[in-house]
Amino acid sequence: MTTVEERLLPSAEPVRLIDQDGVQHDHPSYQLPHREALVGGYTELIKGRRFNDQASALVRQGRLAVYPSSHGQEACQVAATMVLRDGDWLFPTYRDCVSIVSRGVDPIETLTLLRGDWHSGYDPYARNVAPQSTPLATQLTHAVGVAHAARLKGEDTVVMALCGDGATSEGDFHEALNFAAVFHAPVVFFIQNNEYAISVPLARQTVAPSLAHKGIGYGVPGERADGNDLAGLLAVLGQAVKKAREGEGPQLVEAHTYRVQAHTNADDATRYREDDEVTPWLERDPIKRLETYLNEQGWLDDTVREHAEAMADQVGTQLRDGLMPEPEVDPWELFAHLYTEQTQQLREQAAFLRDELAREEV
Amino acid sequence: MTHMKISMAQALNQALRDAMKADDTVLMFGEDVGALGGVFRITDGLTEEFGEDRCFDTPLAESGIVGMAVGLAMNGMRPVVEMQFDAFGYPAFEQIVSHVAKMRNRTRGKITLPMVIRMPYAGGIGGVEHHCDSSESYYAHTPGLTVVAPATVADAYTLLRRAIELPDPVVFMEPKKLYWAKEEIDLTEGQPGIGTAVVRREGADATLIAYGPTVPVALEAAEVVAAEGRQLSVVDLRSIVPFDDETVCAAVRRTGRAVVVAEASGFASVSSEIVARVTERCFHSLAAPIRRVTGFDIPYPPPKLEKYQLPGVDRILDAVDDLQWEDS
Repeated sequence: MTTVEERLLPSAEPVRLIDQDGVQHDHPSYQLPHREALVGGYTELIKGRRFNDQASALVRQGRLAVYPSSHGQEACQVAATMVLRDGDWLFPTYRDCVSIVSRGVDPIETLTLLRGDWHSGYDPYARNVAPQSTPLATQLTHAVGVAHAARLKGEDTVVMALCGDGATSEGDFHEALNFAAVFHAPVVFFIQNNEYAISVPLARQTVAPSLAHKGIGYGVPGERADGNDLAGLLAVLGQAVKKAREGEGPQLVEAHTYRVQAHTNADDATRYREDDEVTPWLERDPIKRLETYLNEQGWLDDTVREHAEAMADQVGTQLRDGLMPEPEVDPWELFAHLYTEQTQQLREQAAFLRDELAREEV
Repeated sequence: MTHMKISMAQALNQALRDAMKADDTVLMFGEDVGALGGVFRITDGLTEEFGEDRCFDTPLAESGIVGMAVGLAMNGMRPVVEMQFDAFGYPAFEQIVSHVAKMRNRTRGKITLPMVIRMPYAGGIGGVEHHCDSSESYYAHTPGLTVVAPATVADAYTLLRRAIELPDPVVFMEPKKLYWAKEEIDLTEGQPGIGTAVVRREGADATLIAYGPTVPVALEAAEVVAAEGRQLSVVDLRSIVPFDDETVCAAVRRTGRAVVVAEASGFASVSSEIVARVTERCFHSLAAPIRRVTGFDIPYPPPKLEKYQLPGVDRILDAVDDLQWEDS
């Protein structure tokens, strides 16, 4: 018979199966993922890192309006989708492009929001990926609704709902966890705690022992993992997804990671934190440690490495080629999508713009 | 459906019942809508008839209610939610403005949200603080929403059925003080649909433009004026968005004079929008500036004082008298 605390509180330390030196540690509750998952995950990390760095470079070239990078958080990004099945749903934020792409969404369509040619560029139903949400935590209650609808339809869908540490201060975070718990909805709430909400550190968001501790207040089991350890994340998130799918209700997972770059290219992190704080986190890089571990195991031969590099090059080329031409925008689209049946007023306003543009051409 | 005398509350209840019967994906949820049947009894008996999965109570959190409805609508359901009182709906404002209204546009029509936010609204029931706002202007100002306000029992039935059938989100404003007003009606979807205003009374001298709770007041005022020898048209907007410019402007052009009657505070409101658009379109037909009879620009008053805020017959008569008759 387990106590409420044993069932709902996270482990004392974040679950870590491979440490920053690439050394494997046994854990009483979690198994190391098998070789294929780790090797496959390695390739996804390399691709994700390239995506981040290429996208940041394209901002500097004026090809994207802005890019909130998940550089350093790629293990979280990749693990969140690796544990899902085809019919499952992902609810991403603006910082989760790598997750969206690793779910199989077209990279250029993923970047529509940040390129600025429309708000959301991909078909959410093609890969069951909700539009990226900018207002913090607001997407989490949608995740509950999607999960509840699936249950009503008798489907065993699981919904992976992403948010950051700052979002846990929003009311919608609270309401989503509570609603999910009351309706027993199969949602995995996955917090990427990267220590910063733009400039504000975690200490100003909460004095809770950890963000995963917040689950107990809603009767939701919380767990915490090293956010830069792909192995630990796959184990923890995999188990959370399994529990949700098997009818155990919502799960809360906090990944401890770090935003090694600024909030976006428009931000200046030197105004609010010292380099000394950032440096140790570079040593905890998710790719470096997995690489070390796989090398030690003899699982990272030239074939794997070359394949990963080739895939990353492909991502880089895809982004450069896809974002190089100036996107075609259609002013009529401004009026086209608001209502299934367009209102008379919007027809008139579209006609006004059409007329204005026609006069400009003369 | 048979011809019968029922209240607006009963008509709304029947509309929900019939919609839930017609379509298994229609869900009704919110605060106290289950066993209690809603504080205004609009959902009376629905849980009993359709079960806990179809009509259910939620935790007491309006943002969560609307947010969950968004997710349900994304995944094949047609949720209808109740905000217990208009002024309790503000925690959901972020969801309504940032997601409900924008989802279709931001996804280029890939996601449509067939959902209805039912909102008991406006005053006249002696409600204490935070129970009686007229919040329609906030929603009407938000592109992507459809905003409906029935004024008759028959319209309550038809418009709610149509709102539930609509593929897009609707804010459905139910005038609280009309919940108990009874009418002899044919309970069918016989009334015009959303987006069509109706001329409730024909008259050649001036037009009263009203919606929701002020329609019966306008009709009463027109009766009184008729006894004094002037004939007023009364236009019932029925839906604020889409706005039926054609019907409204045709009525104003026929009469050359108009008064807009609304409970909400007048500043930056639906009533100011009506004056602006009618003036833009009908300026040369107007014999006098359009007048407004609205609530004052004050927070909704306590019960003992609300009579000073609500547009009544006398204020409408005064406004009609002010339409520069001596100049024509």
